[in-house]
Amino acid sequence: MSAPRRPLPAWAEIAALPLINIALAFVTVGIIVRIIGVDPFHALRFLVLGAIGSSEAIGYTLYYTTNFIFTGLAVAVAFHAGLFNIGGEGQAYIGGLGCGLAILAFDHFLPAWAMIPLAIAAATLFGAAWAAVPAWLQAWRGSHIVITTIMFNFVASALMVYLMVNVLIAPGSMTPQSRNFTASGKLPSMQEVLAAVGIQVAPSALNLSIVLAVFCCVGVWVFLWHTPWGYELRTMGHNPEAAVYAGTSIKRTTMLAMCLSGALAGFVGVNELMGVHQRIVLDFPAGYGFAGIAVALMGRSHPLGIVLAALLFGALQQGGAELAFEIPAITREMVVVIQGLIILFSGALAHLPRPWLQWMLALFASPRSGEVPAKRAEG
Amino acid sequence: MDDVLSFVFLMFAATLRVATPLVLCAMGGLFSEKSGIVDVGLEGKMLMAAFFAAATAAVTGSAWLGVAAAIVAAEAMALLHGFACITWRGNQVVSGVAINILAAGLTVVLGAAWFARGGQTPALESEQRLMPLFFPRAGDSIPVYVALASVPLTWWIIERTRFGLRLRAVGEMPLAVDAAGISVAWLRYRAVLLCGLFAGLAGAYLSIAQNAGFSRDMTAGQGFIALAAIIFGKWRPFPAFGACLIFGLLDAVAIRLQGVEMPGMGEVPVQLIQALPYLLTMFLLAGFIGRAVAPKAAGVPYEKEH
Repeated sequence: MSAPRRPLPAWAEIAALPLINIALAFVTVGIIVRIIGVDPFHALRFLVLGAIGSSEAIGYTLYYTTNFIFTGLAVAVAFHAGLFNIGGEGQAYIGGLGCGLAILAFDHFLPAWAMIPLAIAAATLFGAAWAAVPAWLQAWRGSHIVITTIMFNFVASALMVYLMVNVLIAPGSMTPQSRNFTASGKLPSMQEVLAAVGIQVAPSALNLSIVLAVFCCVGVWVFLWHTPWGYELRTMGHNPEAAVYAGTSIKRTTMLAMCLSGALAGFVGVNELMGVHQRIVLDFPAGYGFAGIAVALMGRSHPLGIVLAALLFGALQQGGAELAFEIPAITREMVVVIQGLIILFSGALAHLPRPWLQWMLALFASPRSGEVPAKRAEG
Repeated sequence: MDDVLSFVFLMFAATLRVATPLVLCAMGGLFSEKSGIVDVGLEGKMLMAAFFAAATAAVTGSAWLGVAAAIVAAEAMALLHGFACITWRGNQVVSGVAINILAAGLTVVLGAAWFARGGQTPALESEQRLMPLFFPRAGDSIPVYVALASVPLTWWIIERTRFGLRLRAVGEMPLAVDAAGISVAWLRYRAVLLCGLFAGLAGAYLSIAQNAGFSRDMTAGQGFIALAAIIFGKWRPFPAFGACLIFGLLDAVAIRLQGVEMPGMGEVPVQLIQALPYLLTMFLLAGFIGRAVAPKAAGVPYEKEH
């Protein structure tokens, strides 16, 4: 396995290889489903129907997709800077805290048009701040960002439990959750928005956050590929030494990338708390931060790829819930298994199908032309 | 006086009990990290092992078959990690994260399908578990002693054997090891397998010694605390063991302090004590308490030059 990696044609690199990776993940899932004693195709039918079989199902699929877009973008922005942000979970959690605190403080005085932007700003600010500490530690003190962001997930979780149990809990409530937000702290649901323009859809958790998600995608794309800061960020990711030579400040760019990453993760709080729960609850990030790694890997860290990957993950999340309902032998955690396998096959084992693909290409291409370098000097 | 003695003894026993999986995991992780393979997946390995230990013990009625199954399960995960990181030179952190997520999902999926108890395994009878040997109140089951013995053993292997010397070399400068005609991949595979062995024992301890069965996410971050202990111990066995004991003591204290008023400062938030291992490790990593230097080649896949 020590032969150097040879490049593939662009189409194979961008489309074929990722698709084969995902296919491998799904074949493995099929085997696991088989082991449990369920017909994989039978399960797949329920999964697809559950995800896109009705207006309500599509609504929920898109609602889950929204979260995956936010965390996928968060991981991707850090990836482009050569940083691995495993802290999306904690940043989403603290982002939600910021969002909730802003609403709890002002929702009695402010109208919705002022409250909503303020809460969103608070969510991004808190998310960014939570990512800024590991970023600072990496940039100035040289601590490894993978470890520090992992640690910060646990610290965020402990902090939230403390705050919810001791400080923010609604008076008289038995469960650790805050008081309900008033109407001005509620993000309109997609059903209401579409009904206003005369389109009838079934009620679901889908809310205006999905529009924010689309804006974030465009924003990240413009930022990364069409601004000098994005250029510096990507340069640092490709080659930090070259970036330094070109005059980029590694410290500043690390801070920028991580704060942006944390802010994007913070949007999960907006979707969950303002869009759905309408109060601060425990454990609302529910693994979206980790799933963001899978989304970013699968989407090759490009906003368009991330949207496609997030759609798939959203469909899996919603379809998986329906599947668990229809076939009791399968639980919702099957979706978590799929996420893990996608991270494995699209991430750690991404190059597994490469030699095989190369062999196939060489087989098809060599009789006609000599453009594929069939043989390279070995050794 | 007797009260004080028995309190100290019970506190000590509680610390040791909580620290056992941390120690085992940390020693396993040390082998892996020393060889240059970063292991974020300790948590997942331990969880997988805990599930298979409890499931096997419940089905066969034998605790020792449970331990064997735990080791096999953890080794399977370890081999997967090795296959991805050594053979295919994949990103070690990505592979570790994948193993954690896979284990979190798979244990519940399989548990629910096999036992239909929402991801839990049936409660184990005492003959299906590893019971305390000498002090029933202290919970001194065999893995506790194994954990205590594993520390000098790990030190001896890493510091005093030829294998250990090569292990350290491959974590610092694989090129030199390769040039000496020793297989980098095989050395690293052995390290990863040792890591799986210890993580498997740690998982078995959790589900069939400390508890009577598996429940979802029962590792609850202990794999990461073990990772923190490795860093806190600056990648050396005895200091890492010390860190595990400190973290174990913190946990034991946290349970004791629940709802207790401390003189002068009111009630200490339990969550703060629970977050302390992570916060302390961050302080250390930031260079505020000495310097923690990882093996130089950790996290870098080795590519033979051509």
